[in-house]
Amino acid sequence: MALLEMDGLKRIFDPNAPKELWGVVAEFEDEQALLNAGEAMHHKHGYTKLDALTPFPVHGMEAAIGIPRSILGYIVICIGLTGTITAVLLQWWTGAVDYPLVIAGKPLFAFEFAMPIMFELSVLFSAFTCVFGMLALNGLPKFFHPAMQFPKFARATDDGFLLVVEKSDPKFSAVETRQLLMSLGATSAEIVED
Amino acid sequence: MANLTLTNSDLDAISPRLVLDKGTRPTGYKEVTEDVVSIIEAKTSRAWWIAFIVSFLTLIMLFGMLSYQVATGVGVWGNNSPVGWAWDITNFVFWIGIGHAGTLISAILFLFRQKWRTSINRAAEAMTLFAVACAGLYPVFHVGRVWRAYWLFPVPNTDLAMWQNFRSPLLWDVFAISTYGTVSALFWYVGLIPDLATVRDRATGIRAKIYGFLSLGWRGSAQHWTNYEMAYMLLAGLSTPLVLSVHTIVSFDFATSVLPGWHTTIFPPYFVAGAVFSGFAMVMTLMVIFRKWFHLEHLVTIKHLENMNKIMLVTGTVVGYAYGTEFFIAWYSGNPYELFTFINRAFGPYWWAYWSMISCNVISPQFFWSKKLRTNIPFMFVISIFINIGMWFERFVIIVTSLHRDFLPSSWGYFRPTYVDILTFVGTFGLFMTLFLLFARFVPIIAISEVKGVIAGDKHRHLPEHVEAQMAVKRDEIMKVVA
Repeated sequence: MALLEMDGLKRIFDPNAPKELWGVVAEFEDEQALLNAGEAMHHKHGYTKLDALTPFPVHGMEAAIGIPRSILGYIVICIGLTGTITAVLLQWWTGAVDYPLVIAGKPLFAFEFAMPIMFELSVLFSAFTCVFGMLALNGLPKFFHPAMQFPKFARATDDGFLLVVEKSDPKFSAVETRQLLMSLGATSAEIVED
Repeated sequence: MANLTLTNSDLDAISPRLVLDKGTRPTGYKEVTEDVVSIIEAKTSRAWWIAFIVSFLTLIMLFGMLSYQVATGVGVWGNNSPVGWAWDITNFVFWIGIGHAGTLISAILFLFRQKWRTSINRAAEAMTLFAVACAGLYPVFHVGRVWRAYWLFPVPNTDLAMWQNFRSPLLWDVFAISTYGTVSALFWYVGLIPDLATVRDRATGIRAKIYGFLSLGWRGSAQHWTNYEMAYMLLAGLSTPLVLSVHTIVSFDFATSVLPGWHTTIFPPYFVAGAVFSGFAMVMTLMVIFRKWFHLEHLVTIKHLENMNKIMLVTGTVVGYAYGTEFFIAWYSGNPYELFTFINRAFGPYWWAYWSMISCNVISPQFFWSKKLRTNIPFMFVISIFINIGMWFERFVIIVTSLHRDFLPSSWGYFRPTYVDILTFVGTFGLFMTLFLLFARFVPIIAISEVKGVIAGDKHRHLPEHVEAQMAVKRDEIMKVVA
């Protein structure tokens, strides 16, 4: 994938650009119906570019539609340890190198008194990484997404349970995928353009 | 067999749901959205305006007092030798302590899988943020020259020309409080994103744009949720040791000094237990009012209130035990100064503060052993007020009684607050309530997406084995009767 998709950019700024097929969005009755349909789509019919839009995290959804476990934890531990190192360097350099000053006969640097700030900065760096890492992995902020054009999209943050199949899926076919979703118990399924 | 028609309320008697019906209307996903979001969509009520104006005027008084203090000097407060720390640090520790309940509810109860937390965590976390804001004012203004407050942080500059003393617990405190405030704000915002998207999708016009901007384009995709849940769990895991460390480090401010009454190893756990105790009392005070005001009794149920009372009973008893241990060690250590300080605390000139503290903190939570009392809403409201008062006195007792009689009788004194002390403290309540009312007006005060997860869990709740067995055997019969 090119870093800058020129075609995509042009289409954003050109109001008359022709719409392209993007995928199919289907709505289901409740979380159980969505879970069953997602599982059938992924494990039985072999779809891979699936996503589910739900008002709360439905447990088992990731496994059902083949979304891997989040890698956020590994990013957080790395940056968190950077915070620990920053705290050591900060306290050692300011206290023992740049401006050594003996106070109350204490050593210029020691791990014993450096510990609280090492802990605090590790937590601070980790927490920032958690939040901004989560947003980055989710591709947020992103104020427009093709799935938002589904007429009942607003229900996904209220009481709707939507299943999304993108066009980029190798098994995708606008008509057949839609029919398949309806046969799996969708209450409605529509083609969404971008 | 009419008794086989098990309704939800029958099952509640066996295994209570966390989200109840509102009157006779069952509470589903849509109803939760409606009940919570309609609060901020409705026209601003007269009651809100009255509360807001009162709070805002109190806030203006706070600005006035602080301006007077900055313009004149710290001498407008009653602090003077020998009591160099007085109401400022008392109020600082009081407010920081209150914040701890919010983090306990959002982080520690999350790690313990206590699902009842979902109805109260949003408001409790907001309370944390606002309490930390009130607390932060005190050290910043106590430095006297507020415009030099950046000297507290290792910011390269030319006017100080030296670095901070990292060997001092006061600097650890700066880092602990600022980290705590920042992480609490991040945690709160992450929890808010899905709910802001819910508000966005119901709103139109400029509201949709503002909430749309704040919700960052959240669409609740499974991809989002998996990263979100990981982030939430990690933040909870980070906040748990953080919240314990904050009051530990606050207690180091006292414990590392060589002063009878402060120089004790019991301080860190004792301070943390006290902080949780006072914080839950404040959550209780606020939730009793707000659940009634906004008709949220089916979301913040009596079970939630009862659980909070149980936590207050536990932490209140721990605090009482710590008071006893302090006295025991004062005697057992054989240190005459330590013994004098403690006898002076209970029977010296500040006896009234000490016994206010004991009666509010040790005696009042003990009523919660009785199920009848801990499920009585007016009663728990009164007790929560007592605990708030008692915990303020605890900090006053620790700080002022330990300082007011120095080692030499020539350095003995009696601290009295000035009117500036008093009005500044009242003013911080103005700041707190102004922020809280704005929060209740513009942000969903209940974590909608989390409560929906709990409703999904309620559907498949675990019943005791014998009930499940009966259900399995007689299911057809039950279903027939229901149909």
